[in-house]
Amino acid sequence: MSKGSTIVADGLRKRYGDLWAVDGVSFTVGEGEFFGILGPNGAGKTTTLEIIEGLRKPDEGSVRLFGENPWPRNPKLLPRIGVQLQASSFFEKLTAREQLETFASLYGVSTATAVDMLELVGLSDKANTRENKLSGGQRQRLSIACALAHDPDIVFLDEPTAALDPQARRNLWDVLRAIKARGKTIVYTTHYLDEAEILCDRTAIMDKGKILAMDAPATLVRGLDAPTHVLIERGVLALEEARAIAGVEEAGDDGVSLRLSTRKPAMVLSTLAERGALEGLQVRGATLEDVFLELTGREYRA
Amino acid sequence: MTAFRSLSVAMFKGFFRERVALFFTFLMPLMFLVIFGLIFGSSSSNKTKIDVVGDGPVLTALNNTGIVDFQHVDSFDKAIAAVKNGDVPAAISVQGNKIELRYAASDRVQAGTVQAVISSVVDHVNLAASGKPPAVTLDSQQVEDSSLTAIQFLTPGILSWGLATSAIFGSALTLVNWRKKQVLRRIRLSPVSTGTVISSRLLVTIGTTVLQAILFIAVAMTPVFGLQLAGQWWLALPLLIIGSLSFFSIGVLVGSIAKSEEAATGITNVIVLPMAFLSGTFFPLQNAPQWLQTVSEVLPLRHLNDGMVDVLVRGKGVEALVTPTAVLLAFTVVVAFAASRFFSWEDS
Repeated sequence: MSKGSTIVADGLRKRYGDLWAVDGVSFTVGEGEFFGILGPNGAGKTTTLEIIEGLRKPDEGSVRLFGENPWPRNPKLLPRIGVQLQASSFFEKLTAREQLETFASLYGVSTATAVDMLELVGLSDKANTRENKLSGGQRQRLSIACALAHDPDIVFLDEPTAALDPQARRNLWDVLRAIKARGKTIVYTTHYLDEAEILCDRTAIMDKGKILAMDAPATLVRGLDAPTHVLIERGVLALEEARAIAGVEEAGDDGVSLRLSTRKPAMVLSTLAERGALEGLQVRGATLEDVFLELTGREYRA
Repeated sequence: MTAFRSLSVAMFKGFFRERVALFFTFLMPLMFLVIFGLIFGSSSSNKTKIDVVGDGPVLTALNNTGIVDFQHVDSFDKAIAAVKNGDVPAAISVQGNKIELRYAASDRVQAGTVQAVISSVVDHVNLAASGKPPAVTLDSQQVEDSSLTAIQFLTPGILSWGLATSAIFGSALTLVNWRKKQVLRRIRLSPVSTGTVISSRLLVTIGTTVLQAILFIAVAMTPVFGLQLAGQWWLALPLLIIGSLSFFSIGVLVGSIAKSEEAATGITNVIVLPMAFLSGTFFPLQNAPQWLQTVSEVLPLRHLNDGMVDVLVRGKGVEALVTPTAVLLAFTVVVAFAASRFFSWEDS
């Protein structure tokens, strides 16, 4: 175990029938890190997570979690890990507070921490509401609170933001940031590339059971050498003029704005400024979607 | 709170907050008790109704036998018409010393009973009038037999059936639901042992059973039903617990095999209903064919039923618990072993 590494996964493979759901996955996660596993549905994210949590035995490869093997079920590790499963797994008919107290007591922990977690996820006012009366976003937050009820060192969150409306997703991001601020290590899966870019310290991009790239999101994007898109209001500049600007590789008119693609945005922007043609300026850098496109040769479809 | 206690509390709350579960556990068996109690209850006071015309010492003596029930009519012709129509099995007319009896030809047993009763009353009156001592004396006394009034066998029977149903349903549904919603998996990720999960569910099952028994017996003891408990009725308590243990093991087996709540419900019904009928829950088995009685010997409900009848109403002692306890425990061991083979924490 390398110092400071919470997870060391090495060469994990798991087969379902003829399909290698996880096909040679290796990575390490440091203490206090927010690590995202990113990829479309069926990429092998959940299986990878389940192997690390000790729910599944890898066919090949090894895992060390806090230096211990999580498989077979390792009771020494269990109090240190918190898991939110993909389905929100609640006890039937119990209120939010009762869920948390029940989960906390499974670990022999005082229920005070549990109630504290309700506040962390912003559900204090829903403490006496039954699980089935909560909205989708509230259920997700409660399920994260349940994963934290025993104050674990590391939390695994499987697609916590899936199927949430934009507002609920944003609320959840605040919750995730608050968890990180408490010094917890977070490993989470998502198929939202934009979200991973905003939240994660490091991201592994997975597709078809393999990790295609792994680094800080900004580094991944920077390493891409993808063009920056500069958008200005249509009519400020003729399309031909725009195309002639030094550094512009491509220019197009989508009927609303002029779109200039460049790898030298500073140069292009100063030229536009000189000509007083910055009306409605928008600058869009490459995103993880471009990284995914580059790595797989296909558009990203969650 | 310990994991055992909080899991039990969670299951108790989940159960008692579910109206459908409450209905099937408490109300439906009670409905059966009421329905069967009313159906069978009326048949135990089966006096023969006869039409009578006139009055006299013979009729008074006849009334005191407690076998017939009088309906007074104005004329003997009317009474005979009623016999012809099949409304009453017999009609009797008393005019001074002349007694006339007309009985229906169709129901020989009933007509014979009426005829015999009336002629014995008439002989008795004649003998008394003659002033001679009787040549032969008859000494007859009532003996308490083991055939029970309806409520006495219905209460232990339906109670046994009710607790079998709720123990199997309850535990099977908890398992299926928790597996489907990944609660079992989530519990598996906490340092709680399998034994804790199973034993907390068992505690909830036994608790429910005891509540059912209290409610049931309380209702059956109301004057409407008139259940009489035997002296050592409290021996039913250990029997209830052992009984729910064995039905709990069936429930765990069903919950391990079934993948959905619907499947669990279906399998439970397929097990419980035939078992209830074969075990003498709703009617006594003594008139059933021998082979059927033999089949019923292997059913846990049969033994729970027998034990309950023995200690609750027949007034038998601890010795009546020996066979049911042995059979139920053996059954539990076998089924629990099978359940442990099939049990899984998650849908694969």
